[in-house]
Amino acid sequence: MKYLRFLIVGVVFGIVLVKSEAVSWYRIYEMFRFESFHMYGIIASAVLTGIILLQLSRKIKLKNTEGTLMRVPKKEKGFIRHIVGGTIFGLGWALAGACPGPMYILVGTGVFSIFIVIIAAIGGTYLYGILRDKLPH
Amino acid sequence: MQPILEPWPWYVTGPLIALIMYILIYFGKTFGMSSNLSTFCAIAGAGKKVEFFRFNWRDKKWSLVTVLGAVIGGFIAHFLLSNPTNIEINPETMKSLNEYGFANAGKTLLPSEIYGWNAVFSIKGILILTIGGLLVGFGTRYAGGCTSGHAITGLSSLQMPSLISVIGFFIGGLIMVHIIFPLIF
Repeated sequence: MKYLRFLIVGVVFGIVLVKSEAVSWYRIYEMFRFESFHMYGIIASAVLTGIILLQLSRKIKLKNTEGTLMRVPKKEKGFIRHIVGGTIFGLGWALAGACPGPMYILVGTGVFSIFIVIIAAIGGTYLYGILRDKLPH
Repeated sequence: MQPILEPWPWYVTGPLIALIMYILIYFGKTFGMSSNLSTFCAIAGAGKKVEFFRFNWRDKKWSLVTVLGAVIGGFIAHFLLSNPTNIEINPETMKSLNEYGFANAGKTLLPSEIYGWNAVFSIKGILILTIGGLLVGFGTRYAGGCTSGHAITGLSSLQMPSLISVIGFFIGGLIMVHIIFPLIF
């Protein structure tokens, strides 16, 4: 039962991403060709709403359901890991047309060939785990 | 009912995505879809060999449940709440795809030239999906997040590492679409 709320959040997330068309390979391709405002609008309005919600919560010292102050995990410092890792991610994002969220959601839309991408992505994550100590961060 | 069946505009879906991120943070968690890929590695026993995966994956059960929900949500949205299901992309985008030999661009969620079974069972097709997935999985862990963790959560909380990562996402995406696509399609 304690997981039900996360199931509901997931369902809403899946519905919103399909209805936004952000799960479509075509929308990603179109975005990187700068031929539509659609994806930029989604990201920009999401970030703007996010900033307002998080700043407001900080101002009124809102507590989360665990009883502590609302807290966003801090991202790890470093430049190389973010610019290089980000670029590698971007290459894959444009090629497969799917980032990790949409990968799972696309399973629900009945595109089972996406499992190849998911398994390869798990493989890529494993590869990073092996090479981590040898990579510049 | 018709407005729900039509695609939803960006100014509705963008804020809704932010709300999903916010609710997860309100529940004391965070919005990051790529972490689940590490969790799958841990479940498969990768922690025995690689230190990076040595964590108790049971702590991440909530996130796996979110993934399960996302799959169900994808089903509901696509099969029950979408009519039509085609993607209305820019005619210019469509033209460029036609030149690449993509027929029926935008008629389905994903191009059959990449995701259809005929493509999957060709050398080129399987390479595209495998390499695409590998790059996403490797890159996201190297950068420490994906679109949800960096572009939405990280930028919303004004974190510099996320801005650098998102710039990276675009460098990679632009190289792929403008330099590599003309070579492979």
